[in-house]
This record gives sequence, C-alpha cells and structure tokens, in this order.
Amino acid sequence: MKRGGVVELTGAEIFAQCLKDEGVEYLFGYPGGAVLHIYDALYRQDQIRHILVRHEQGATHAADGYARSTGKPGVVLVTSGPGATNAVTGIATAYMDSVPLVVFTGQVMTHLIGDDAFQEVDAIGITRPCVKHNFMVKDVRDLAVTIRRAFHVATTGRPGPVVVDIPKDVTAQKTEYVFPADPTLRSYRPVTQWDPQGVRRAAEILLEARRPMVYSGGGVVLGNAAAELTELVGWLGAPCTNTLMGLGAFPASNPLFVGMLGMHGTYEANMAMHECDVLLAIGARFDDRVTGDLDKFCPHARIIHVDIDPASIQKNVAVELAIIGDARGVMQDLLSALKASHRRLDKEALGHWWKQIGAWRARDCLRYDRDNVDVIKPQYVLETLHRLTRGDAFITSDVGQHQMWAAQFYHFDKPRRWINSGGLGTMGFGLPAAVGVQIAHPGELVCCVTGEASIQMCIQELSTCKQYDLPIKIVNLNNRYMGMVRQWQELFYQSRYSHSYMEALPDFVKLAESYGHTGLRIDKHGDVEAALKEALGRRDRLVFLDFITDQTENVYPMIAAGAGHHEMHLSSDRELA
Amino acid sequence: MRHIISILLENEAGALSRVAGLFSARGYNIESLTVAPTEDPTLSRMTLVTSGSEGVVDQIRKQLNKLVDVVKLVDLTEGQRIEREMLLMKVRADNGGERDEIKRLSDIFRGRIIDVTESAYTIELTGDGSKLDAFIAVIHPRRILEVVRSGVIGIARGDETARRLSA
Repeated sequence: MKRGGVVELTGAEIFAQCLKDEGVEYLFGYPGGAVLHIYDALYRQDQIRHILVRHEQGATHAADGYARSTGKPGVVLVTSGPGATNAVTGIATAYMDSVPLVVFTGQVMTHLIGDDAFQEVDAIGITRPCVKHNFMVKDVRDLAVTIRRAFHVATTGRPGPVVVDIPKDVTAQKTEYVFPADPTLRSYRPVTQWDPQGVRRAAEILLEARRPMVYSGGGVVLGNAAAELTELVGWLGAPCTNTLMGLGAFPASNPLFVGMLGMHGTYEANMAMHECDVLLAIGARFDDRVTGDLDKFCPHARIIHVDIDPASIQKNVAVELAIIGDARGVMQDLLSALKASHRRLDKEALGHWWKQIGAWRARDCLRYDRDNVDVIKPQYVLETLHRLTRGDAFITSDVGQHQMWAAQFYHFDKPRRWINSGGLGTMGFGLPAAVGVQIAHPGELVCCVTGEASIQMCIQELSTCKQYDLPIKIVNLNNRYMGMVRQWQELFYQSRYSHSYMEALPDFVKLAESYGHTGLRIDKHGDVEAALKEALGRRDRLVFLDFITDQTENVYPMIAAGAGHHEMHLSSDRELA
Repeated sequence: MRHIISILLENEAGALSRVAGLFSARGYNIESLTVAPTEDPTLSRMTLVTSGSEGVVDQIRKQLNKLVDVVKLVDLTEGQRIEREMLLMKVRADNGGERDEIKRLSDIFRGRIIDVTESAYTIELTGDGSKLDAFIAVIHPRRILEVVRSGVIGIARGDETARRLSA
C-alpha cells in the first residue's frame, strides 16, 4: 500500500473512504460482477452499513425513503447492466420529486466499454433524462473528486439524484487518497442569494390582499422551512393549502389549514384558490394535477412565486412576481419585511374571506358513507389509523386511490412524515420506501399504506424487512381492483373495466408468513380497530394487514382533467357546489 | 421567433447529448446546432438556433442553464450580432455555358469554387442564412447535386465576450 511514504488505496477503498468522509451511514444495494471490488472493500470495513435489498428498484426507493424522511442524501450501489436498468425507475421517481440521491452503478472495464460486453449498458445515456447530473469515472485519480461533486450536486439547490458510473478496472487501480476540500464546479452555481427588492414587493402585495391564499409544495419540506411557513401563514392570518408533496409542511391541525389542493384536494382549498386575490406560492411548481385547466386557474389572483429553481418560474403559470431563492431564507426575509412595515392585512376583508371559506368547509367535502358498516370503507381504515397513531407515524404509500385517501385522511402535522411518489406516480414505491424510513428511524412507527396491485410490484422487499427486522406495518387496502384505474374507467369509459381487475391474488396472510412476518386478514368493519391496535402494539415485527375493502368506493372530491378548480365533483350523488 | 443561443459547455463526453436530449425530451425545436472546441480546450462552444414563443424560448434558456455542463449561455438575439453559416454545394457543370454561368453566380455571391471535375463544380459560400438561401434559389434545382450547410455560428458585436461574462 505504501510507496515513498504515500498511502495508496484502490478505487474500491477510495469509494468506501469517500462515503465515510461524506458521513454516509447506510448504503442500499445489490452486488454483482462489476462492483465486486467495491463489495470487498465494504466487507473490510464496519462503518458504513450496507442494506441488501432484493431488487435494485427497491434499493433506489429505500434510499429515497431514507432521504425524504431524514433530509440526508440516500446512497445506492448497484452493478452494471440490469443492476443499473432496474434502478432507473427509482432514479426517475427521485428526480420527479427532487430527492437527493447518489446512485453508484458498476460498469464493465474501460477497455470493454462499447463492445456489448457482458452486463454492459450505457448507464449514463439511459439515466441522463432522469438525473440532475451524472458522471462516469474513467481514471481512479478522478474518483474522489467526482464522488464529492456528486454529493454536492445532489444536495444543493433544487436537490435531485446523481448517478456515478464506475468501470470495474477503476475500482482496482490505486492512487493516493485525499478527501477533496472543494466540491464546487464552475458550471454549477446553485442560488444562495435572492433579490431583497422582490421580497419587499412581495410584502407590499401581500399587505394589500383582501383574500390572500398560501399554496406551498414539496420545496418547503425539502428546504426544511416548515417552521417558517407556519409562522408566516400565522402572521398573515391567511388560509394555507399544501400540495400532495407538501403535506406536513403546515400542520393539518392548524385552523388556517384548508387541506390539500388539486385534483383530489378539498373543496375549500380549490375554491379558495379560485377566488383568492393574492396567491403566495412557495416551493411548488404548478403541476397539472394541481392547476387543472390553466385558463381557469386563479383568475382573480396576483401571484407571487418563490422557488429555488429558475426553470419553475413562469413555466406553467404567468406570475406577477417571482423570487428565485431558498424557501426558508426567503420566508424569513419576507416575515421580517412584513413585520417591519408595521401594517397588517385588512382585518374586515380577512373576516369576510374566512366566513366564505367557512361556508365552503361546511360542505364537508370529504364526507363518505360512514353509516355503512356492511363493508370496510377504506377511508375508515385511514381515519382509524390516524386516530390510533395520533397522527405521528411515518406513512409511506404506493400510488392510486389508497394514496389519495391517505393524503386526505391522515392529517400530517409534521414535515417528512408523508413519503409518497407524487411526480412520477410509481406503484411499488411504498414498501421499499418504508424500508429506508424504518432504517433511518429505528424506534419510530412506520406504516406503508398500499393496495393489492401496488404492493405486488415490489413485494420481494418483504425479505429485506425480515433480514433487518424492520417492524413496518403494511396497511393493504385490498379492493381487488386497480382502484384508480377502475375509477377512471367508471367515470370516463362507461364502466368498461379493461384489465383493472386483479384476479388470482395471493393469500397475503400466508405470503407474509412465508417471509417470516405476521399477516392478518380483516373483512369486517367491526374488526378494523382491533386489528390495527394489535398490529401497532407489535413493535417487534412486521405485520401485514390485509383489509378487504369496499370494491366500488371512489376518491372524491374530484376535478376531472382539464376542468377548473371551481368545477369539482363532490361525490357521485353530490355533483357540484 | 427565431433565437440564436451561444453556449459555453464543458468539453466532456456526453455534454452534447445532454443538450440534444433536453430538446427532444421537452419537445423544443432545433433548427441548427454546431459545436467545436474553443481556444480553451476544456470548453466547447455550441451555437444553437431555435424558435418558439417567448415563453418557450425563456424555458429553453432556463432549462439549458440548469444543465450542469453549461458554463455560460448568451442569447445573441438580444443584442447586435454577426451570424455566419457556410455552404458547400456540388453542382453539375458539364458544358461550357453552364460552367461560365455557375462561375458568374458564384462570383456575384462572393463564393469560391474549391473543387473541379469534368462534370461538376464544388462551391464554398459563407454568409448569413438568407444569403445562402438566396444562392440556392438562383441555381437551377436540376443542377444541384448535393448541398451541405454548417449550421449557424454567431458572435456578439462590440467588445463583449461570453468568455469574459463567464469569468
């Protein structure tokens, strides 16, 4: 190892040392030929804990859950070829939701690149459209600085996944290791300052508001700005809505919260969007599921948009004032500017506004048929889960109806508790994400709310849960349909249920047991609470709760694609407001 | 509207594909794209001609700036600029009258004949796009054997430079 007094390390050892120097605690991965040198280096150290998943998609989702629930970057190691391609869904999921991941993919030896070698794939090319950036390391002397830069790019500015592709021979070559002091790149300068004049103008506009509205998204969670948001909204006395990605950034139990907005948002949130005269958007990107028909979006509002990504500004919606900056810092400055003005919003106007919002709230848009105890209503399961956990659990979800019900009925009071694939909508996300969350928070309660279709997309991770004794609670809302597909087919395809029915389902109880877990099947309304209590009480093991729910329940309220916020359906029999 | 965007880009493998991939992934138009190393071997210069509404071009600039390999971006359309494109054209010239006529047209457009055979001339011509279009229009289509255009390059007038702006 020593030559002329200088310690030389192999690329694989440098890899391990870099991760330690970056403060990485957990690495989610799966070994294979191209990364064997690295796995050997990991074997010979005991600082970084490697979590062995059962499929590389699971590795990326687990690292993603770890990152979303902690704010630290999630780190993944997979082999070349199929290892890399299997990881792509998880990388794209993280990209759409701006989650900081560093994904290391093995690659065939440099002299074989381009020869269609065994397990060769162009990982850089395949991941390029779904990463913040990617690097290939062709010389061991570039390895340490590249890893350092990968962490820097992934975690700064608008976060996102970064892929580092490392050919096998690079991990065998030796060089001197020095932890690079400077991770910066001349071509990458994330925003660290914002326009103070913009902040003053924002304060002016807000002070003139008679019907103010605050709309915040995932950026407030990612930017650790929940406390600032809560204080700012409180000072304004304005209603606050969160996007699907932003839930928990403003406490759901705060009376100023009007619920989630958008396609399955609350009536009061969407109507307040439609009628407000000043809209403050923070860390949100005016996604199509949020805005509905852009021509009908916030027709009366002067819009202020705060976002760290310049490309999010004026992308979908033209705004009067844009502040490009960090959610936390901008809100701190905005609050200072508002306080320094010695003015307040017009109290009388605000009173009228809240009266109107109260009338919208009184429509009780999330009402469902609570009296029907012949079937298990999925909403009832989630309401009960919320009550029994006092709203304090980490909830991961898959994608579909159960995801929307979780968002509507599990009222999040804290950020980083709601872990779901909002942008890409990846079925199969929930269970492996829960693995990452539970690894990061060993003593905490982690529930995966899922459906019988989604859970089967990454069911193999039940094995990972066993290996690491992860006491996750799986809440499977089993309606024997791909519920959201079925709902759209009912509403928009005259009930032609094309391939949305799940036939030949496994016995989930036996399946859970075969992996060494506990399974419970609940098919009576009256057993829901007892089963949840039993599962939550078993802090030592994973419990798979298979709730046989109402097959035909739909998610309401609903704005059909292409409609405006004021054109909601409250339920199948309560058409419009 | 048509925009000429000049980009200084890290001279690294894959940088070009990031730009090209961005345009196809987001459905933006590329009219032409040229790329070559600069006097600083770590940087490439890319000149890109695109078109779209102001909103779309604004997004194109922002999305390009977001690419980690982009060091500096200047929209040359915003100021006084010089644009050039090179054309190489092979034309049939197999009798005396034709050969004289093509030579004359080439001279009028300040082109140069750079290769000659018994039956063909190859002409080199530089200018802005409209000049090249005009030249192509005056040559009878049946005489044109092949046309190769370089795509547009451009530079700002005056003493402003993208390099200095990037420092």
